[in-house]
Amino acid sequence: MLEQTEGSRAVAASVALCRPEVICAYPISPQTHIVEALGEMVKSGALAPCEFINVESEFAAMSVAIGASAAGARAYTATASQGLLFMAEAVYNASGLGLPIVMTVANRAIGAPINIWNDHSDAMSQRDCGWLQLFAETNQEAVDLHIQAFRLGEELSLPVMVCMDGFILTHAYERIDLPDPARVDAFLPRYEPRQVLDPAEPVSIGAMVGPEAFTEVRYLAHARQMQALERIPRLAEEFRALFGREAGGLVRPYCTDDAETIVVALGSVLGTLKDVVDEMRADGARIGVLGINSFRPFPLDAVREALQPARRIVVVEKNLAVGIGGIVASNVKTALGANSRRVTTVIAGLGGRAITKAGLHRMLRDAVADRLDALHFMDLDWGLVNRQLERERARRRTGPAAEAILRDVGTVAARVS
Amino acid sequence: MTAAEMLSIAAFHEGRHAQAFPSFGSERTGAPVVAFCRVDDKPIRLREPVMEPDALIVQDPTLLLQVDVFQGLSPAGYVLINSSRSFAQLGLGELIGRLRADRVLTVPATELALKYLRRPLPNAVLLGGFAAISSEISLAAVVVSIRAKFKGAVADANAAAAQAAFDFVRREREELSHA
Amino acid sequence: MSQSSVKFYQTGTFTVGNRLLAPEVRAVQASGARANALNSGHRACQGCGEALGARYAMDAAMRATGSRLIAANATGCLEVFSTPYPETSWQIPWIHSLFGNAAAVATGIAAALKVKGRNDVRVVAQGGDGGTTDIGFGCLSGMFDRNDDVLYICYDNEAYMNTGVQRSSATPPTARTATTPAIGVRPGNVFGQGKNVPLIAMAHGIPYVATATVAQLHDLEDKVERAMTMRGARYLHVLVPCPLGWGAASEDTIKLARLAQESGLFPVFEAEYGEVTSVSKIRRQVPVADYLRPQRRFAHLFGRGADPESLAHLQRIADRNIRRFGLLRDDAPAGVWTAEQAGERNAPAA
Repeated sequence: MLEQTEGSRAVAASVALCRPEVICAYPISPQTHIVEALGEMVKSGALAPCEFINVESEFAAMSVAIGASAAGARAYTATASQGLLFMAEAVYNASGLGLPIVMTVANRAIGAPINIWNDHSDAMSQRDCGWLQLFAETNQEAVDLHIQAFRLGEELSLPVMVCMDGFILTHAYERIDLPDPARVDAFLPRYEPRQVLDPAEPVSIGAMVGPEAFTEVRYLAHARQMQALERIPRLAEEFRALFGREAGGLVRPYCTDDAETIVVALGSVLGTLKDVVDEMRADGARIGVLGINSFRPFPLDAVREALQPARRIVVVEKNLAVGIGGIVASNVKTALGANSRRVTTVIAGLGGRAITKAGLHRMLRDAVADRLDALHFMDLDWGLVNRQLERERARRRTGPAAEAILRDVGTVAARVS
Repeated sequence: MTAAEMLSIAAFHEGRHAQAFPSFGSERTGAPVVAFCRVDDKPIRLREPVMEPDALIVQDPTLLLQVDVFQGLSPAGYVLINSSRSFAQLGLGELIGRLRADRVLTVPATELALKYLRRPLPNAVLLGGFAAISSEISLAAVVVSIRAKFKGAVADANAAAAQAAFDFVRREREELSHA
Repeated sequence: MSQSSVKFYQTGTFTVGNRLLAPEVRAVQASGARANALNSGHRACQGCGEALGARYAMDAAMRATGSRLIAANATGCLEVFSTPYPETSWQIPWIHSLFGNAAAVATGIAAALKVKGRNDVRVVAQGGDGGTTDIGFGCLSGMFDRNDDVLYICYDNEAYMNTGVQRSSATPPTARTATTPAIGVRPGNVFGQGKNVPLIAMAHGIPYVATATVAQLHDLEDKVERAMTMRGARYLHVLVPCPLGWGAASEDTIKLARLAQESGLFPVFEAEYGEVTSVSKIRRQVPVADYLRPQRRFAHLFGRGADPESLAHLQRIADRNIRRFGLLRDDAPAGVWTAEQAGERNAPAA
């Protein structure tokens, strides 16, 4: 059913269609509209049977989800940024215990400095925790991915993060086709846990595993994610057959078959990139885009295959691994192996800075002319940065850079005696 | 519900694709908001702030001093400002003079809202005015959008206010063209 | 033959022996049909108060619920010694998640059971003092605030024992731990710190709060069973001496728990919705020194160089508890100590 609605509300509607049994929610921008909408549905009885629990922190949110899932309930929560970090211990615990919790991560930058706007640093900070990480390009895909996520997680007995760009997607009103409930039920059967807390068949879950078995247990977690590499595309195909549109999968190429240059990215920026690519192609450039839908497990083979034709690969990523550079780019380089020289890392969109068509055109013109450094910061104010570095060389200051800039520039507040 | 969002719903009801989003999602109720809306006949893939608007709707004219709302506006662009004062009185005479006279107007939307809704909520009213000034959206679609978001008497009042704004703008344009 | 009644002055604690009691008032542990929820084979130390308390508490909970019980356990001694992978001592469904989230995990389990219409199955959360009063405090308070249907049992041995006896907010003043060594101007844990979680639980207004010790095991069972007749958030705080951490003889565990209660330092009471409903009266009050002396963690309070003010301060704490909770019988027998008398008794040996 077609609707013009806010991304968050569409996701809430989608999650509700998946018949979650326990939803635990702690507010954090920009996910709040999702859990508010779900709370409304539970309170009004529209979503039943379902327990909606207002928890006291994100750590509690994930912990409640762990308890609920271990007791056999389909559990869901949502968070972003600081909240994801606050629950980090429980996030690892959930995947270590093999609990198929689904969590929306409304991608947002991590402080300090505090920043509520979109980038991918939150999801990236948890890329090794053992959760599956799926990225949505549009709100429609976000809606569709949640349905796939519950099925995927329960089949593999692994938790799944569905990542969608905070504000850019969550707070955007656009046209959504909400799936038909009967079809969702056909796609997503009841949750049948592998192990469950049940007095009829007691089991002890969560024992301490020592050196003699830990490696094997961790390997098995890795092996399960490898199974996902095969499961994800099959599920996407099943989804397409039942719902009539593409969503999910491992990667999504656009105009890459004959491309000399391929731009790789995750999330909503792919839409803008496709518009840019169309315009550049009209001018004769042989350029394409590769969207990565499944970031964990990272589809090494699919990425390598898709990037095969290109001489030049530009990875545009909304996160910065301080001290080294790109994260997605290094994963892409791993896929390319010996051919990884061709990869340029472009850091863009940090803390919600808009990635514009104009900016991308500028950057890609340079890329195609091989004028970019291996690590390039798009739309960075070099003047401001260099002046600050110069000031720091002249006079060492400890403390946060943001405030230091203000002090050195002589902003009034810093000079109040 | 911002005017941009309602505009996108109106466009949807005319069978078009529309994308509405805030430039800064407010972390704080009451903070100034700039919202954008893109409308197209095909799916919209672009995700960036609208930097070269074809139309500008200013709900709170006090913000004109804080935000350069006119940046990037097309010379053939539409401007609708919520005010009972004229452009000259708002200090915008010169700027507006560079635009097409039949596409720019001030509308006392807050006053109309107070009259019809008894509350200073000018969103629906401004959209009614916009429907009159541009061909992008019809009044009928605006009313559908109003009724999608409001119910009962509130919806009726908003629809009436939008109609009043529509009529106001139509009258003003006729006067202008006859002047 | 004439009959004469024999007064067992220990009757209040049922220590005469279950076989002399009517079956319906015997301890759960006296029954061959007990659940053995925490079965033998675990790796607890000799004389571990926590193993004793958990065994009694859980079997009482099992009887009260017809063996329909699920437990969430915080990281700590109990969790570690009961589940040495690949073995487990638990004969009930049991989950260990993290150190600070036992209450939240229990909330999740309770929610799942509710959603599935399994109101017959009940949930218990267990944690030590570290996992409850410190790192688990936020989740505990949240569970209380929502009045989730969970019985939380805190086994309080007054320090982080599993990791080597570090101070927690349940560590009593002056106690020696690895992070509050008995050296310097004020040896041991500092006065004026720490928190009283039973009182904080009462401040949340939850249906049931109680304290208990492993010296009154039947009382402990009774309290668990009473808690299980109620729905909503319930909290049970059990004093469980730790021979290793307290520096006490392993056979003194129960004795020390009794002395803790009879000195007034550990009040034993029940409360409902924030109001105290019953207290265990002190049978015969002892000065705090009697309780503290057998524990090497308090050795610096005695002997040469000891500061008598420390003992006096602890005695004042005990006296305050006695006053506050009305712990003395009105017909207190001779031998009850006033603060002054206790002060003399508490004076360090010359």
